[in-house]
Amino acid sequence: MTKKIKNLNLNFGPQHPAAHGVLRLILELDGEVVEKADPHIGLLHRGTEKLIENKTYMQAVPYFDRLDYVAPMNQEHAFALAIEKILEIDVPIRAQYIRVMFCEIGRILSHILNVTTQALDVGALTPSLWGFEERETLMTFYERASGSRLHANYFRAGGVHQDLPAGLEKDIAKFCETFPKIINDLENLLTDNRIFKQRNVDIGIVSKEDALDYSFSGVMIRGSGVPWDLRKSQPYDCYDQLEFKIPVGKNGDCYDRYLCRIEEMKESVSIIKQCLAKMEKGPIKTFDGKISPPSKAEIKKSMEALIHHFKLFTEGYRVPKDEIYTAVEAPKGEFGVYLISDGSSKPYKCKIRAPGFSHLQSMDYLIKGHMLADVPAVLGSLDIVFGEVDR
Amino acid sequence: MNNLIDLEKKINSELTTKINKTSIKHNQIYVEIDKEDLVDVILFMKTTQDIKFRQLIDITVVDYPEQTRRFKIVYLFLSHEYNQRMILSYFINENEVISSITSVFPSANWMEREVFDMYGVNFKDHPDLRRILTDYGFEGHPLRKDFPLTGHTEVRYSEEKKKVVNEQVKLEQNYRNFDYESPWEGTKYIKEITDSNDKKN
Repeated sequence: MTKKIKNLNLNFGPQHPAAHGVLRLILELDGEVVEKADPHIGLLHRGTEKLIENKTYMQAVPYFDRLDYVAPMNQEHAFALAIEKILEIDVPIRAQYIRVMFCEIGRILSHILNVTTQALDVGALTPSLWGFEERETLMTFYERASGSRLHANYFRAGGVHQDLPAGLEKDIAKFCETFPKIINDLENLLTDNRIFKQRNVDIGIVSKEDALDYSFSGVMIRGSGVPWDLRKSQPYDCYDQLEFKIPVGKNGDCYDRYLCRIEEMKESVSIIKQCLAKMEKGPIKTFDGKISPPSKAEIKKSMEALIHHFKLFTEGYRVPKDEIYTAVEAPKGEFGVYLISDGSSKPYKCKIRAPGFSHLQSMDYLIKGHMLADVPAVLGSLDIVFGEVDR
Repeated sequence: MNNLIDLEKKINSELTTKINKTSIKHNQIYVEIDKEDLVDVILFMKTTQDIKFRQLIDITVVDYPEQTRRFKIVYLFLSHEYNQRMILSYFINENEVISSITSVFPSANWMEREVFDMYGVNFKDHPDLRRILTDYGFEGHPLRKDFPLTGHTEVRYSEEKKKVVNEQVKLEQNYRNFDYESPWEGTKYIKEITDSNDKKN
């Protein structure tokens, strides 16, 4: 007698703590081995690109916070750079340091979340408890600079919205002294941990060739041994004046990607320190009155400033006809903005290139032949945030 | 090619008739081609020794409803070897079918699905052309310029039917698009006037 065995279809998510948001993953299982993975995305689709087409350039900035909501300012940076390149305006040096510093804070925010939740996915609870305390401190820095913990709306074309409040630089410097110890604590818990290694080493291996073919970027490509980082290869703002190393993996598995993230956090701390050391007092946004709004004090005195203020917050500034693609090294990989302006005060088209989108796409390739229990481990190491995947 | 100008020359001399226009701006090379040559050009760009655009960054569409050839299909490429970016584009009509490049770049799969979902552009030989970002059973193509910002349907939970239902959008107040456009110009215009004034003096 022959028995017929049918493959089992399993619905993973959309409400599953290890799905990192609203991912519906349809798995075809042969016993415990995954034969096929079909991610269904779009459950968090908000039509960001359509909305941006209907807003002025300044009104569009908050939408970028809501993409990768784990590291909001890195997204704003890409948009600000795109506009600056078209308008051909220079950013004051203090503003560049502030922006780079907050981008690195964003990188730490994102990597803490990822490393600790990846550990959580494979069974370690403590790292997330320790890590989230630090995230809270960092988000307080966000709040003190921009007024909100998450949705910062802080970067502007031509600089940042306002200068850092008194004492913030000192507190960030203090954090840079204490934080490396926390990284060490996390490493003590995870790096040589037998269970963590068993769950991550040799899981979800990506070869160099495949990393290129699947449009990987960021840690996903560096974990496979490709030394590629936009901060080094196509430096923007003041990254070319800072010294930092690019950690590169060897085997391209989940464990190497974890190690890369840990090393990147240490580098970020060093970048923040350098920014603080080099930062001098000075203007924090461009002087061009047609782009950056005047100060409140000036509005009280000058008619022209009042008119500028009114026009900037109703019509908004105009951006000449152009087409540009700008990318930044966001914590998750290459985050890009493809912007088409038509001379009016609203973008004609703004395509957002999210790194997570191409990473998640390769889920089927990564997980084929692995066991069901490896799905959360691989998903965790991809560093997926649905705000940016679904847009 | 370490230099964008050399790269532009090389592309023009090797692909001659297949290239309509090239230009360099913002440290990127913009290439315009015809729809038919897409796969040939992309294969050339990916495999040729001194060019090596090995990574497809994104695929997108720009909608110009007033033109007869309405959609501009845009491909963004990156070369790690030479640290260069290329923007490849061509125009098509509304109902034209274009060839898929999934055989050259596997990552094009979802990008083409997104283009299909958002703009309704059809791809030939795509392994799995389904909607990707919008809801199951969604109608229309949201990123087209003639699709309203508020959409056509809205979702709510119906207490009588005990399930989620799709209904026509009902707005308490119509969406208002304020028109603030005025002769107020950007910096350039001021600069030009002051420059010409300086010259007169």
